[in-house]
Amino acid sequence: MNASVALILVQDGVTNGAIYALLSLALVLVFAVTRVIFIPQGEFVAYGALSMAAVSAGFLPPTMWLVVTLGIAVALVESVAALREGAAARLPMIILKNAALPILALVAVRYLPLKTLAYPLQIAVALLFVVPLGPQIYRLAFQPVAEATVLLLLIVSVAVHFVLLGLGLYFFGAEGGRTPAFSDGGFNLGSSYIQFQTLWIVGIAAVLIAGLALFFEHSIYGKALRATAINRTGARLMGISADLAGKLCFTLAALVGAFSGILIAPITTVYYDTGFLIGLKGFVGAIVGGLASYPLAAAGAILVGLLESYSSFYASAYKEVIVFTLIIPVLLWRSLTTHHVDDEEH
Amino acid sequence: MKPTLLETRDLCVAYGRVEAIHKVSIRIRQGEIVTVIGPNGAGKTTLLSALMGLLPARGEISYQGQPTSRSTAVDALVGRGLVLVPEKRELFGSMSVADNLLLGAFARHRRGARDHAKTMDEVFAIFPRLAERRTQEAGTLSGGERQMLAMGRALMAKPTLLMLDEPSLGLAPLIVREIFRIVQQLKAMGVSILLVEQNARAALQVADYGYVLENGSVALENDARSLLDDPRVIESYLGLGGSHSIAA
Repeated sequence: MNASVALILVQDGVTNGAIYALLSLALVLVFAVTRVIFIPQGEFVAYGALSMAAVSAGFLPPTMWLVVTLGIAVALVESVAALREGAAARLPMIILKNAALPILALVAVRYLPLKTLAYPLQIAVALLFVVPLGPQIYRLAFQPVAEATVLLLLIVSVAVHFVLLGLGLYFFGAEGGRTPAFSDGGFNLGSSYIQFQTLWIVGIAAVLIAGLALFFEHSIYGKALRATAINRTGARLMGISADLAGKLCFTLAALVGAFSGILIAPITTVYYDTGFLIGLKGFVGAIVGGLASYPLAAAGAILVGLLESYSSFYASAYKEVIVFTLIIPVLLWRSLTTHHVDDEEH
Repeated sequence: MKPTLLETRDLCVAYGRVEAIHKVSIRIRQGEIVTVIGPNGAGKTTLLSALMGLLPARGEISYQGQPTSRSTAVDALVGRGLVLVPEKRELFGSMSVADNLLLGAFARHRRGARDHAKTMDEVFAIFPRLAERRTQEAGTLSGGERQMLAMGRALMAKPTLLMLDEPSLGLAPLIVREIFRIVQQLKAMGVSILLVEQNARAALQVADYGYVLENGSVALENDARSLLDDPRVIESYLGLGGSHSIAA
Protein backbone atom coordinates (compact mmCIF):
# COMPACT_ATOMS: atom_id res chain seq x y z
CA MET A 1 0.00 0.00 0.00
CA ASN A 2 1.31 3.44 -0.82
CA ALA A 3 0.60 6.71 0.91
CA SER A 4 -2.15 7.81 -1.42
CA VAL A 5 -4.13 4.60 -0.92
CA ALA A 6 -3.68 4.94 2.82
CA LEU A 7 -4.99 8.48 2.64
CA ILE A 8 -8.04 7.41 0.66
CA LEU A 9 -8.77 4.72 3.25
CA VAL A 10 -8.39 7.23 6.07
CA GLN A 11 -10.73 9.62 4.28
CA ASP A 12 -13.26 6.84 3.78
CA GLY A 13 -12.89 5.60 7.35
CA VAL A 14 -13.26 9.02 8.94
CA THR A 15 -16.29 9.83 6.80
CA ASN A 16 -18.10 6.66 7.80
CA GLY A 17 -16.74 6.96 11.32
CA ALA A 18 -18.31 10.40 11.67
CA ILE A 19 -21.71 8.92 10.85
CA TYR A 20 -21.16 6.00 13.25
CA ALA A 21 -20.09 8.52 15.89
CA LEU A 22 -23.37 10.42 15.56
CA LEU A 23 -25.35 7.20 15.84
CA SER A 24 -23.30 5.91 18.77
CA LEU A 25 -23.94 9.14 20.69
CA ALA A 26 -27.68 8.76 20.12
CA LEU A 27 -27.52 5.12 21.25
CA VAL A 28 -25.64 6.03 24.43
CA LEU A 29 -28.13 8.80 25.17
CA VAL A 30 -31.17 6.60 24.68
CA PHE A 31 -29.70 3.80 26.76
CA ALA A 32 -28.50 6.04 29.59
CA VAL A 33 -31.86 7.76 29.96
CA THR A 34 -34.38 5.01 29.16
CA ARG A 35 -32.30 1.77 29.36
CA VAL A 36 -33.52 0.94 25.84
CA ILE A 37 -30.93 -0.49 23.45
CA PHE A 38 -32.21 1.34 20.43
CA ILE A 39 -31.98 -1.22 17.61
CA PRO A 40 -34.31 0.77 15.28
CA GLN A 41 -31.74 3.58 15.17
CA GLY A 42 -30.63 2.34 11.75
CA GLU A 43 -34.16 2.49 10.34
CA PHE A 44 -34.16 6.22 10.99
CA VAL A 45 -31.01 6.47 8.86
CA ALA A 46 -32.76 4.67 5.99
CA TYR A 47 -36.00 6.62 6.44
CA GLY A 48 -34.09 9.91 6.47
CA ALA A 49 -32.12 9.06 3.33
CA LEU A 50 -35.11 7.68 1.41
CA SER A 51 -37.42 10.52 2.42
CA MET A 52 -34.78 12.95 1.23
CA ALA A 53 -34.53 11.05 -2.05
CA ALA A 54 -38.32 11.30 -2.43
CA VAL A 55 -38.39 15.02 -1.68
CA SER A 56 -35.53 15.85 -4.02
CA ALA A 57 -37.32 13.93 -6.77
CA GLY A 58 -40.37 16.10 -6.12
CA PHE A 59 -42.51 13.60 -4.19
CA LEU A 60 -43.95 13.93 -0.73
CA PRO A 61 -42.10 11.78 1.82
CA PRO A 62 -44.21 8.61 2.03
CA THR A 63 -43.62 8.34 5.80
CA MET A 64 -45.99 11.26 6.33
CA TRP A 65 -48.91 8.82 6.40
CA LEU A 66 -47.13 6.89 9.11
CA VAL A 67 -46.56 10.09 11.11
CA VAL A 68 -50.25 11.00 10.77
CA THR A 69 -51.44 7.50 11.68
CA LEU A 70 -49.17 7.23 14.71
CA GLY A 71 -50.15 10.77 15.68
CA ILE A 72 -53.80 9.75 15.78
CA ALA A 73 -52.88 6.61 17.75
CA VAL A 74 -50.92 8.68 20.28
CA ALA A 75 -53.84 11.11 20.59
CA LEU A 76 -56.17 8.18 21.30
CA VAL A 77 -53.91 6.63 23.93
CA GLU A 78 -53.30 9.99 25.63
CA SER A 79 -57.02 10.81 25.57
CA VAL A 80 -57.96 7.54 27.23
CA ALA A 81 -55.31 8.17 29.90
CA ALA A 82 -56.57 11.71 30.47
CA LEU A 83 -60.19 10.56 30.75
CA ARG A 84 -59.20 7.91 33.29
CA GLU A 85 -57.61 10.63 35.41
CA GLY A 86 -60.75 12.72 35.02
CA ALA A 87 -58.84 15.44 33.19
CA ALA A 88 -61.14 15.93 30.23
CA ALA A 89 -60.04 19.56 29.99
CA ARG A 90 -56.74 18.39 28.50
CA LEU A 91 -58.41 16.64 25.52
CA PRO A 92 -58.41 19.54 23.02
CA MET A 93 -54.68 20.16 23.59
CA ILE A 94 -53.88 16.45 23.26
CA ILE A 95 -55.75 16.14 19.97
CA LEU A 96 -54.29 19.38 18.61
CA LYS A 97 -50.69 18.51 19.49
CA ASN A 98 -50.65 14.87 18.42
CA ALA A 99 -53.18 14.46 15.63
CA ALA A 100 -54.07 17.86 14.20
CA LEU A 101 -50.52 19.17 13.90
CA PRO A 102 -49.21 16.38 11.62
CA ILE A 103 -52.31 16.67 9.42
CA LEU A 104 -51.81 20.43 9.14
CA ALA A 105 -48.15 19.93 8.26
CA LEU A 106 -49.14 17.39 5.64
CA VAL A 107 -51.64 19.78 4.06
CA ALA A 108 -49.13 22.63 4.12
CA VAL A 109 -46.37 20.58 2.49
CA ARG A 110 -48.70 19.40 -0.29
CA TYR A 111 -48.68 22.87 -1.79
CA LEU A 112 -44.93 23.32 -1.71
CA PRO A 113 -43.01 23.07 -5.01
CA LEU A 114 -40.79 20.37 -3.53
CA LYS A 115 -38.58 19.78 -6.51
CA THR A 116 -37.46 23.37 -6.88
CA LEU A 117 -37.18 24.05 -3.16
CA ALA A 118 -33.80 25.14 -1.81
CA TYR A 119 -31.73 22.18 -0.56
CA PRO A 120 -31.90 23.10 3.15
CA LEU A 121 -35.69 23.41 2.91
CA GLN A 122 -35.90 19.99 1.26
CA ILE A 123 -33.93 18.63 4.20
CA ALA A 124 -36.37 20.30 6.58
CA VAL A 125 -39.35 18.71 4.81
CA ALA A 126 -37.72 15.27 4.88
CA LEU A 127 -36.95 15.62 8.60
CA LEU A 128 -40.44 16.92 9.34
CA PHE A 129 -41.96 13.57 8.43
CA VAL A 130 -39.35 11.27 9.95
CA VAL A 131 -38.27 12.82 13.26
CA PRO A 132 -41.76 12.82 14.90
CA LEU A 133 -41.70 9.02 14.57
CA GLY A 134 -39.14 9.00 17.42
CA PRO A 135 -41.36 10.39 20.21
CA GLN A 136 -44.42 8.65 18.73
CA ILE A 137 -42.69 5.27 18.90
CA TYR A 138 -41.55 6.01 22.44
CA ARG A 139 -45.10 6.87 23.50
CA LEU A 140 -46.70 3.84 21.90
CA ALA A 141 -44.09 1.09 22.31
CA PHE A 142 -41.81 2.00 25.22
CA GLN A 143 -43.61 4.31 27.64
CA PRO A 144 -46.16 1.63 28.66
CA VAL A 145 -43.28 -0.68 29.68
CA ALA A 146 -40.82 2.00 30.82
CA GLU A 147 -40.26 0.31 34.19
CA ALA A 148 -39.59 -3.12 32.70
CA THR A 149 -36.23 -4.91 32.65
CA VAL A 150 -33.51 -4.08 30.14
CA LEU A 151 -34.10 -7.45 28.47
CA LEU A 152 -37.80 -6.81 27.92
CA LEU A 153 -37.05 -3.34 26.57
CA LEU A 154 -34.52 -4.92 24.19
CA ILE A 155 -37.13 -7.38 22.95
CA VAL A 156 -39.58 -4.54 22.30
CA SER A 157 -36.76 -2.70 20.58
CA VAL A 158 -36.10 -5.65 18.23
CA ALA A 159 -39.82 -5.87 17.49
CA VAL A 160 -39.98 -2.17 16.63
CA HIS A 161 -36.96 -2.69 14.38
CA PHE A 162 -38.71 -5.38 12.36
CA VAL A 163 -41.93 -3.37 12.13
CA LEU A 164 -40.07 -0.34 10.84
CA LEU A 165 -38.10 -2.50 8.42
CA GLY A 166 -41.31 -3.92 6.96
CA LEU A 167 -42.93 -0.50 6.80
CA GLY A 168 -39.78 0.80 5.11
CA LEU A 169 -40.15 -1.77 2.35
CA TYR A 170 -43.82 -0.87 2.00
CA PHE A 171 -43.29 2.89 1.88
CA PHE A 172 -40.09 3.16 -0.12
CA GLY A 173 -40.06 -0.05 -2.15
CA ALA A 174 -37.11 -2.34 -2.71
CA GLU A 175 -35.17 0.06 -4.92
CA GLY A 176 -32.56 2.16 -3.28
CA GLY A 177 -32.46 5.93 -3.24
CA ARG A 178 -29.72 8.41 -3.87
CA THR A 179 -29.70 12.18 -3.65
CA PRO A 180 -27.62 14.90 -5.31
CA ALA A 181 -24.52 15.98 -3.37
CA PHE A 182 -24.78 19.06 -1.15
CA SER A 183 -22.20 20.56 -3.50
CA ASP A 184 -20.61 18.82 -6.46
CA GLY A 185 -16.94 18.34 -7.13
CA GLY A 186 -13.93 18.24 -4.89
CA PHE A 187 -10.28 19.15 -4.78
CA ASN A 188 -6.86 17.55 -4.84
CA LEU A 189 -5.00 17.22 -1.60
CA GLY A 190 -1.52 16.03 -2.45
CA SER A 191 -2.05 12.95 -4.50
CA SER A 192 -5.61 12.20 -3.43
CA TYR A 193 -8.93 13.64 -4.48
CA ILE A 194 -11.31 14.75 -1.77
CA GLN A 195 -15.02 15.13 -2.51
CA PHE A 196 -16.80 18.13 -1.10
CA GLN A 197 -19.54 15.82 0.18
CA THR A 198 -17.11 14.06 2.53
CA LEU A 199 -16.19 17.45 3.97
CA TRP A 200 -19.89 18.19 4.40
CA ILE A 201 -20.40 14.90 6.24
CA VAL A 202 -17.47 15.31 8.59
CA GLY A 203 -18.21 19.01 9.09
CA ILE A 204 -21.92 18.64 9.80
CA ALA A 205 -21.30 15.61 12.03
CA ALA A 206 -18.80 17.69 14.02
CA VAL A 207 -21.28 20.57 14.28
CA LEU A 208 -24.07 18.21 15.41
CA ILE A 209 -21.80 16.61 18.01
CA ALA A 210 -20.77 20.05 19.27
CA GLY A 211 -24.44 21.05 19.33
CA LEU A 212 -25.34 17.98 21.39
CA ALA A 213 -22.48 18.74 23.79
CA LEU A 214 -23.70 22.33 24.21
CA PHE A 215 -27.24 21.09 24.75
CA PHE A 216 -26.16 18.69 27.51
CA GLU A 217 -23.77 21.12 29.18
CA HIS A 218 -25.77 24.31 29.08
CA SER A 219 -29.52 23.84 28.64
CA ILE A 220 -31.75 22.88 31.53
CA TYR A 221 -33.40 20.16 29.42
CA GLY A 222 -30.03 18.69 28.52
CA LYS A 223 -29.05 18.72 32.18
CA ALA A 224 -32.38 17.10 33.06
CA LEU A 225 -31.60 14.24 30.65
CA ARG A 226 -28.17 13.79 32.22
CA ALA A 227 -29.71 13.88 35.67
CA THR A 228 -32.22 11.19 34.70
CA ALA A 229 -29.34 9.01 33.51
CA ILE A 230 -27.43 9.55 36.78
CA ASN A 231 -30.25 9.15 39.28
CA ARG A 232 -33.77 8.32 38.11
CA THR A 233 -35.37 8.67 41.54
CA GLY A 234 -33.71 12.01 42.15
CA ALA A 235 -34.79 13.29 38.75
CA ARG A 236 -38.34 12.12 39.37
CA LEU A 237 -38.47 13.98 42.67
CA MET A 238 -37.42 17.18 40.88
CA GLY A 239 -40.44 16.84 38.60
CA ILE A 240 -38.44 15.53 35.63
CA SER A 241 -40.89 12.90 34.48
CA ALA A 242 -39.54 9.75 32.86
CA ASP A 243 -42.08 10.18 30.04
CA LEU A 244 -40.76 13.60 29.17
CA ALA A 245 -37.13 12.49 29.31
CA GLY A 246 -37.89 9.44 27.15
CA LYS A 247 -39.76 11.46 24.56
CA LEU A 248 -36.99 14.03 24.43
CA CYS A 249 -34.16 11.57 23.87
CA PHE A 250 -36.11 9.55 21.30
CA THR A 251 -36.68 12.82 19.42
CA LEU A 252 -32.95 13.52 19.50
CA ALA A 253 -32.13 9.97 18.42
CA ALA A 254 -34.59 10.18 15.52
CA LEU A 255 -33.17 13.53 14.48
CA VAL A 256 -29.59 12.29 14.61
CA GLY A 257 -30.49 9.10 12.71
CA ALA A 258 -32.50 10.83 9.98
CA PHE A 259 -29.89 13.52 9.53
CA SER A 260 -27.15 10.88 9.22
CA GLY A 261 -29.18 9.27 6.46
CA ILE A 262 -29.51 12.58 4.64
CA LEU A 263 -25.75 13.08 4.94
CA ILE A 264 -24.80 9.73 3.44
CA ALA A 265 -27.49 9.56 0.72
CA PRO A 266 -25.35 11.47 -1.81
CA ILE A 267 -22.35 9.13 -1.51
CA THR A 268 -24.01 5.74 -1.20
CA THR A 269 -27.23 4.18 -2.41
CA VAL A 270 -29.46 3.59 0.60
CA TYR A 271 -32.02 0.78 0.61
CA TYR A 272 -34.85 0.28 3.06
CA ASP A 273 -32.69 -2.23 4.97
CA THR A 274 -29.34 -0.45 4.72
CA GLY A 275 -29.77 1.29 8.04
CA PHE A 276 -29.55 -1.79 10.21
CA LEU A 277 -25.86 -2.49 9.55
CA ILE A 278 -24.99 1.19 9.87
CA GLY A 279 -26.81 1.37 13.18
CA LEU A 280 -25.07 -1.78 14.42
CA LYS A 281 -21.67 -0.24 13.65
CA GLY A 282 -22.69 2.79 15.68
CA PHE A 283 -23.60 0.30 18.40
CA VAL A 284 -20.10 -1.21 18.31
CA GLY A 285 -18.75 2.31 18.84
CA ALA A 286 -21.15 2.82 21.74
CA ILE A 287 -19.97 -0.47 23.28
CA VAL A 288 -16.39 0.84 23.26
CA GLY A 289 -17.72 3.63 25.47
CA GLY A 290 -19.46 1.09 27.69
CA LEU A 291 -22.84 2.55 26.61
CA ALA A 292 -22.06 5.30 29.09
CA SER A 293 -19.23 7.56 27.91
CA TYR A 294 -19.96 9.95 25.05
CA PRO A 295 -16.35 10.82 24.09
CA LEU A 296 -15.27 7.16 24.20
CA ALA A 297 -18.27 6.17 22.10
CA ALA A 298 -17.42 8.77 19.46
CA ALA A 299 -13.76 7.70 19.44
CA GLY A 300 -14.81 4.06 19.22
CA ALA A 301 -17.06 4.86 16.28
CA ILE A 302 -14.23 6.56 14.38
CA LEU A 303 -12.12 3.48 15.12
CA VAL A 304 -14.88 1.29 13.68
CA GLY A 305 -14.94 3.46 10.53
CA LEU A 306 -11.17 3.18 10.06
CA LEU A 307 -11.13 -0.54 10.78
CA GLU A 308 -13.88 -1.02 8.24
CA SER A 309 -12.16 0.89 5.45
CA TYR A 310 -8.80 -0.79 6.02
CA SER A 311 -10.26 -4.26 6.26
CA SER A 312 -12.25 -3.66 3.07
CA PHE A 313 -8.89 -3.02 1.42
CA TYR A 314 -7.01 -5.99 2.87
CA ALA A 315 -9.78 -8.55 3.24
CA SER A 316 -12.93 -7.16 1.74
CA ALA A 317 -14.83 -10.44 2.05
CA TYR A 318 -14.34 -10.34 5.84
CA LYS A 319 -15.01 -6.62 6.27
CA GLU A 320 -18.11 -6.98 8.45
CA VAL A 321 -16.69 -9.95 10.33
CA ILE A 322 -13.63 -7.98 11.33
CA VAL A 323 -15.65 -4.95 12.41
CA PHE A 324 -18.07 -6.91 14.56
CA THR A 325 -15.35 -9.12 16.01
CA LEU A 326 -13.99 -5.92 17.54
CA ILE A 327 -16.71 -6.26 20.17
CA ILE A 328 -15.04 -9.29 21.76
CA PRO A 329 -11.67 -7.75 22.70
CA VAL A 330 -13.45 -4.54 23.68
CA LEU A 331 -15.81 -6.37 26.02
CA LEU A 332 -12.89 -8.33 27.49
CA TRP A 333 -10.92 -5.13 28.05
CA ARG A 334 -13.93 -3.38 29.58
CA SER A 335 -14.85 -6.21 31.90
CA LEU A 336 -11.26 -6.43 33.12
CA THR A 337 -10.74 -2.71 33.64
CA THR A 338 -14.08 -1.39 34.88
CA HIS A 339 -15.42 -2.10 38.31
CA HIS A 340 -19.03 -1.42 38.96
CA VAL A 341 -19.19 1.43 41.44
CA ASP A 342 -22.44 2.66 42.85
CA ASP A 343 -23.16 6.24 42.04
CA GLU A 344 -23.73 7.13 45.67
CA GLU A 345 -22.85 5.38 48.85
CA HIS A 346 -25.40 5.69 51.57
CA MET B 1 -57.25 28.30 62.84
CA LYS B 2 -54.94 28.12 59.84
CA PRO B 3 -56.20 26.34 56.71
CA THR B 4 -55.27 22.72 56.12
CA LEU B 5 -52.55 22.15 53.52
CA LEU B 6 -52.34 18.39 53.42
CA GLU B 7 -54.55 15.77 54.94
CA THR B 8 -54.72 11.98 54.80
CA ARG B 9 -57.66 9.86 55.90
CA ASP B 10 -57.27 6.14 56.62
CA LEU B 11 -54.22 5.88 54.41
CA CYS B 12 -53.02 2.30 53.83
CA VAL B 13 -49.94 1.26 51.90
CA ALA B 14 -48.99 -2.34 51.23
CA TYR B 15 -45.90 -3.94 49.77
CA GLY B 16 -47.42 -7.00 48.19
CA ARG B 17 -49.51 -8.54 50.97
CA VAL B 18 -47.59 -6.90 53.79
CA GLU B 19 -49.25 -3.73 55.00
CA ALA B 20 -46.60 -1.16 55.89
CA ILE B 21 -49.03 1.58 56.84
CA HIS B 22 -52.48 1.03 58.28
CA LYS B 23 -55.22 3.66 58.45
CA VAL B 24 -52.98 6.64 59.03
CA SER B 25 -54.73 10.00 59.28
CA ILE B 26 -52.59 13.10 59.58
CA ARG B 27 -53.11 16.79 58.94
CA ILE B 28 -50.67 19.59 58.19
CA ARG B 29 -51.79 23.20 58.41
CA GLN B 30 -50.31 26.09 56.51
CA GLY B 31 -47.14 27.51 58.04
CA GLU B 32 -46.71 24.69 60.54
CA ILE B 33 -43.92 22.26 61.19
CA VAL B 34 -45.43 18.84 61.76
CA THR B 35 -43.20 15.96 62.75
CA VAL B 36 -43.66 12.22 62.48
CA ILE B 37 -41.43 10.34 64.88
CA GLY B 38 -41.10 6.64 65.55
CA PRO B 39 -38.66 3.77 65.53
CA ASN B 40 -37.01 2.17 62.51
CA GLY B 41 -39.45 0.31 60.33
CA ALA B 42 -42.51 2.12 61.67
CA GLY B 43 -43.46 3.18 58.14
CA LYS B 44 -42.29 6.80 58.18
CA THR B 45 -40.52 6.73 54.83
CA THR B 46 -43.36 4.71 53.31
CA LEU B 47 -45.78 7.42 54.43
CA LEU B 48 -43.76 10.13 52.68
CA SER B 49 -43.40 8.04 49.51
CA ALA B 50 -47.17 7.54 49.40
CA LEU B 51 -47.80 11.27 49.89
CA MET B 52 -45.42 12.03 47.03
CA GLY B 53 -47.23 9.61 44.73
CA LEU B 54 -44.26 7.26 44.52
CA LEU B 55 -46.21 4.33 46.00
CA PRO B 56 -49.79 3.28 45.34
CA ALA B 57 -51.97 3.81 48.40
CA ARG B 58 -55.54 3.24 49.52
CA GLY B 59 -57.46 5.84 51.47
CA GLU B 60 -57.63 9.56 50.88
CA ILE B 61 -54.90 12.13 50.44
CA SER B 62 -55.82 15.73 49.77
CA TYR B 63 -53.32 18.46 49.06
CA GLN B 64 -54.41 22.11 48.95
CA GLY B 65 -57.99 20.93 49.23
CA GLN B 66 -57.84 18.68 46.16
CA PRO B 67 -57.65 14.92 46.31
CA THR B 68 -54.44 13.59 44.78
CA SER B 69 -55.75 10.68 42.79
CA ARG B 70 -53.79 7.50 42.31
CA SER B 71 -52.81 8.57 38.83
CA THR B 72 -51.49 12.00 39.76
CA ALA B 73 -47.94 12.08 38.52
CA VAL B 74 -45.05 13.06 40.76
CA ASP B 75 -44.10 15.92 38.47
CA ALA B 76 -47.60 17.41 38.78
CA LEU B 77 -47.32 17.41 42.59
CA VAL B 78 -43.83 18.95 42.46
CA GLY B 79 -45.27 21.64 40.20
CA ARG B 80 -47.88 22.34 42.88
CA GLY B 81 -45.21 22.87 45.50
CA LEU B 82 -45.09 19.48 47.22
CA VAL B 83 -41.42 18.60 47.42
CA LEU B 84 -39.68 15.68 49.12
CA VAL B 85 -36.09 15.56 50.35
CA PRO B 86 -35.54 11.80 50.53
CA GLU B 87 -33.56 10.01 53.20
CA LYS B 88 -30.96 8.93 50.63
CA ARG B 89 -30.65 12.53 49.32
CA GLU B 90 -30.69 11.20 45.69
CA LEU B 91 -28.28 13.85 44.40
CA PHE B 92 -26.85 13.91 40.88
CA GLY B 93 -23.39 12.78 41.94
CA SER B 94 -21.35 13.59 38.84
CA MET B 95 -22.94 17.00 38.29
CA SER B 96 -21.90 20.27 39.89
CA VAL B 97 -23.58 21.73 42.96
CA ALA B 98 -24.93 24.59 40.83
CA ASP B 99 -26.41 22.16 38.27
CA ASN B 100 -28.02 20.10 41.04
CA LEU B 101 -29.63 23.27 42.36
CA LEU B 102 -30.73 24.39 38.90
CA LEU B 103 -32.51 21.08 38.32
CA GLY B 104 -34.43 21.68 41.53
CA ALA B 105 -36.14 24.46 39.60
CA PHE B 106 -37.04 22.16 36.67
CA ALA B 107 -40.74 21.87 37.50
CA ARG B 108 -41.01 25.66 37.81
CA HIS B 109 -39.05 26.10 34.58
CA ARG B 110 -41.63 23.93 32.82
CA ARG B 111 -44.30 26.31 34.06
CA GLY B 112 -42.54 29.34 32.66
CA ALA B 113 -40.45 30.59 35.60
CA ARG B 114 -37.05 32.01 34.59
CA ASP B 115 -35.86 33.57 37.87
CA HIS B 116 -33.51 30.68 38.69
CA ALA B 117 -30.43 32.86 39.30
CA LYS B 118 -32.32 34.89 41.90
CA THR B 119 -33.76 31.78 43.56
CA MET B 120 -30.28 30.26 43.67
CA ASP B 121 -28.93 33.38 45.41
CA GLU B 122 -31.67 32.99 48.02
CA VAL B 123 -30.65 29.37 48.55
CA PHE B 124 -27.00 30.40 48.83
CA ALA B 125 -28.03 32.95 51.47
CA ILE B 126 -29.49 30.10 53.54
CA PHE B 127 -26.62 27.69 52.79
CA PRO B 128 -23.43 29.79 52.31
CA ARG B 129 -21.43 26.55 52.21
CA LEU B 130 -23.09 25.60 48.93
CA ALA B 131 -22.03 28.90 47.36
CA GLU B 132 -18.40 28.07 48.19
CA ARG B 133 -18.80 24.65 46.60
CA ARG B 134 -20.93 25.64 43.60
CA THR B 135 -18.58 24.26 40.90
CA GLN B 136 -17.68 21.11 42.84
CA GLU B 137 -19.25 17.76 41.92
CA ALA B 138 -22.06 16.76 44.28
CA GLY B 139 -20.50 13.31 44.77
CA THR B 140 -17.44 14.86 46.44
CA LEU B 141 -19.36 16.68 49.19
CA SER B 142 -19.29 15.73 52.86
CA GLY B 143 -22.37 14.23 54.50
CA GLY B 144 -23.57 17.52 55.96
CA GLU B 145 -23.01 19.36 52.71
CA ARG B 146 -24.95 16.68 50.83
CA GLN B 147 -27.93 17.17 53.11
CA MET B 148 -27.66 20.92 52.62
CA LEU B 149 -27.55 20.43 48.85
CA ALA B 150 -30.56 18.12 48.95
CA MET B 151 -32.51 20.73 50.94
CA GLY B 152 -31.24 23.59 48.78
CA ARG B 153 -32.23 21.72 45.63
CA ALA B 154 -35.72 21.21 47.05
CA LEU B 155 -35.96 24.91 47.94
CA MET B 156 -35.21 25.78 44.29
CA ALA B 157 -38.71 24.43 43.61
CA LYS B 158 -40.13 27.09 45.97
CA PRO B 159 -42.07 24.48 47.93
CA THR B 160 -45.35 25.15 49.66
CA LEU B 161 -44.92 21.98 51.69
CA LEU B 162 -41.42 20.64 52.17
CA MET B 163 -41.18 17.03 53.32
CA LEU B 164 -37.90 16.11 54.99
CA ASP B 165 -37.03 12.45 55.52
CA GLU B 166 -34.52 12.00 58.34
CA PRO B 167 -32.51 15.14 57.57
CA SER B 168 -30.22 14.52 60.57
CA LEU B 169 -29.42 10.89 59.71
CA GLY B 170 -25.71 10.13 59.88
CA LEU B 171 -24.64 13.71 60.56
CA ALA B 172 -22.35 15.12 63.26
CA PRO B 173 -24.16 16.82 66.20
CA LEU B 174 -22.99 20.29 65.24
CA ILE B 175 -24.38 19.90 61.72
CA VAL B 176 -27.61 18.41 63.05
CA ARG B 177 -28.10 21.57 65.10
CA GLU B 178 -27.43 23.66 62.00
CA ILE B 179 -29.98 21.68 59.96
CA PHE B 180 -32.69 22.12 62.60
CA ARG B 181 -31.89 25.84 62.84
CA ILE B 182 -32.46 26.07 59.08
CA VAL B 183 -35.73 24.15 59.38
CA GLN B 184 -36.96 26.85 61.77
CA GLN B 185 -35.68 29.57 59.46
CA LEU B 186 -37.66 28.03 56.58
CA LYS B 187 -40.80 28.05 58.69
CA ALA B 188 -40.23 31.74 59.41
CA MET B 189 -40.03 32.24 55.64
CA GLY B 190 -43.51 30.73 55.28
CA VAL B 191 -42.67 27.20 54.18
CA SER B 192 -44.78 24.46 55.76
CA ILE B 193 -42.77 21.42 56.74
CA LEU B 194 -43.44 17.75 57.31
CA LEU B 195 -40.45 16.46 59.23
CA VAL B 196 -39.84 12.75 59.62
CA GLU B 197 -37.22 12.02 62.26
CA GLN B 198 -35.72 9.44 64.55
CA ASN B 199 -34.11 12.22 66.53
CA ALA B 200 -37.36 12.75 68.42
CA ARG B 201 -36.20 15.40 70.87
CA ALA B 202 -34.74 17.73 68.22
CA ALA B 203 -37.77 17.22 65.99
CA LEU B 204 -40.32 17.93 68.74
CA GLN B 205 -38.39 21.01 69.83
CA VAL B 206 -38.85 22.70 66.45
CA ALA B 207 -42.27 21.26 65.57
CA ASP B 208 -45.76 22.63 66.25
CA TYR B 209 -47.49 19.27 66.18
CA GLY B 210 -46.32 15.70 66.31
CA TYR B 211 -47.40 12.17 65.43
CA VAL B 212 -45.84 9.02 66.85
CA LEU B 213 -45.88 6.23 64.28
CA GLU B 214 -45.50 2.65 65.46
CA ASN B 215 -45.92 -0.50 63.40
CA GLY B 216 -47.56 1.46 60.62
CA SER B 217 -50.22 3.16 62.74
CA VAL B 218 -50.47 6.44 64.61
CA ALA B 219 -49.94 5.51 68.26
CA LEU B 220 -50.13 9.01 69.64
CA GLU B 221 -50.60 12.58 68.44
CA ASN B 222 -50.55 15.95 70.16
CA ASP B 223 -48.98 19.40 70.25
CA ALA B 224 -45.24 19.01 70.06
CA ARG B 225 -44.76 20.64 73.47
CA SER B 226 -47.21 18.25 75.13
CA LEU B 227 -45.51 15.28 73.50
CA LEU B 228 -42.17 16.45 74.89
CA ASP B 229 -43.71 16.25 78.38
CA ASP B 230 -45.67 13.05 77.77
CA PRO B 231 -44.26 10.31 80.00
CA ARG B 232 -44.89 7.64 77.36
CA VAL B 233 -42.90 9.59 74.77
CA ILE B 234 -40.19 10.37 77.32
CA GLU B 235 -39.83 6.72 78.21
CA SER B 236 -39.77 5.38 74.66
CA TYR B 237 -38.10 8.12 72.64
CA LEU B 238 -36.53 10.76 74.82
CA GLY B 239 -35.31 8.89 77.86
CA LEU B 240 -32.13 6.92 78.07
CA GLY B 241 -33.17 3.37 78.80
CA GLY B 242 -36.68 2.36 77.85
CA SER B 243 -37.43 0.61 74.62
CA HIS B 244 -41.11 -0.11 75.28
CA SER B 245 -43.56 0.91 72.66
CA ILE B 246 -46.49 3.16 73.51
CA ALA B 247 -49.19 0.98 72.08
CA ALA B 248 -48.11 -2.10 73.98
